[in-house]
Amino acid sequence: MNRLMERYLRLDALPTLFCPGCGNGIVQQAFVTAVDKLGIRDDIACVSGIGCSSWVPCYLDLDVMHTTHGRALAFAQGLKLARPDKKIAVFTGDGDCLAIGGNHFLHACKRNIDLAVIMINNHIYGMTGGQKSPATPQGAATKTSPWGAYDEPIEGADLAICMGATYVARWTTAHPVQLEKSIEAAIKHKGFSFIEVIAQCPTQSGKSVYGDKDPAFIMKKLKENSVIYKEGDHVPAGKIKCGVLHHDNDKTEYIERMETQLRLYAESKAPKTSGEGEQAK
Amino acid sequence: MKVNVDIAHCKGCGICIAFCPKQVFTYSKKRNTYGTATPEPSKEEECIGCRLCEKLCPDAAIQVEETK
Repeated sequence: MNRLMERYLRLDALPTLFCPGCGNGIVQQAFVTAVDKLGIRDDIACVSGIGCSSWVPCYLDLDVMHTTHGRALAFAQGLKLARPDKKIAVFTGDGDCLAIGGNHFLHACKRNIDLAVIMINNHIYGMTGGQKSPATPQGAATKTSPWGAYDEPIEGADLAICMGATYVARWTTAHPVQLEKSIEAAIKHKGFSFIEVIAQCPTQSGKSVYGDKDPAFIMKKLKENSVIYKEGDHVPAGKIKCGVLHHDNDKTEYIERMETQLRLYAESKAPKTSGEGEQAK
Repeated sequence: MKVNVDIAHCKGCGICIAFCPKQVFTYSKKRNTYGTATPEPSKEEECIGCRLCEKLCPDAAIQVEETK
């Protein structure tokens, strides 16, 4: 077994529940490599919601919270406010983050709170049997859209930029090295960082979205269809925009802003009361 | 280079076979406890040590070691 993963996995919980060729294992390994490089094993906590992707941190020998469906970001924000000195990584899927937890996602982006969110997008609800998710591309015949999906998919990364997240990147599972570096940068970044990982789901989205159930075929297709994007580039239709899409270091973080506001409030109150007190004496 | 495949953890998805730039792996006839065909590093001497198989293995079953 891989020596790095042997140190980080709960070996008694193996084998993982992931299907053969699932992309979640690749994301798990990229995350572990990033954490190992930063050397913050004791200073990181993982929060996850419900879904296949949310099982990723449950096999890691770290502090992990497996929470209710869609509410991973709400729990993570509470944890961050309680322990602002620790780093927090959130694992969600496309259904967990964009559909059920969509409201929490918008508000966490808007607050710019210091979290590293890794959204694993497999274009489908994989665990429940292949229903249409908000990220399912147009024309994909799933269990709940047998004649082909006809609504526009939600682009998670674009939504995060629009709502004010300060580090946004998108990679596929066929870019493991770039993904590692992005996760490392996201954990280091002070502010809301969002990484969308396009992952293959050979069992459920294999046939309906990509046309073949072979994981290697899907990954090769993902790699061919992706373009490394730099701001201002033209992206041809049907291609996946990959790369660091947005990086802003100027926006203040939520906890810093809250502390400044509280200090200002305390200062505005303090001199008056002390002055009155002295006059009374 | 020495390529170790841990067949106790391998689920036989075939990603390493498809993605190796030097085609080091082939399917072996040995089956593991899950009953899946596992990859075998049959052309180990051609390995260049890019570690792509190690990073792309979803079950962390591959370890590439340098030998001198």
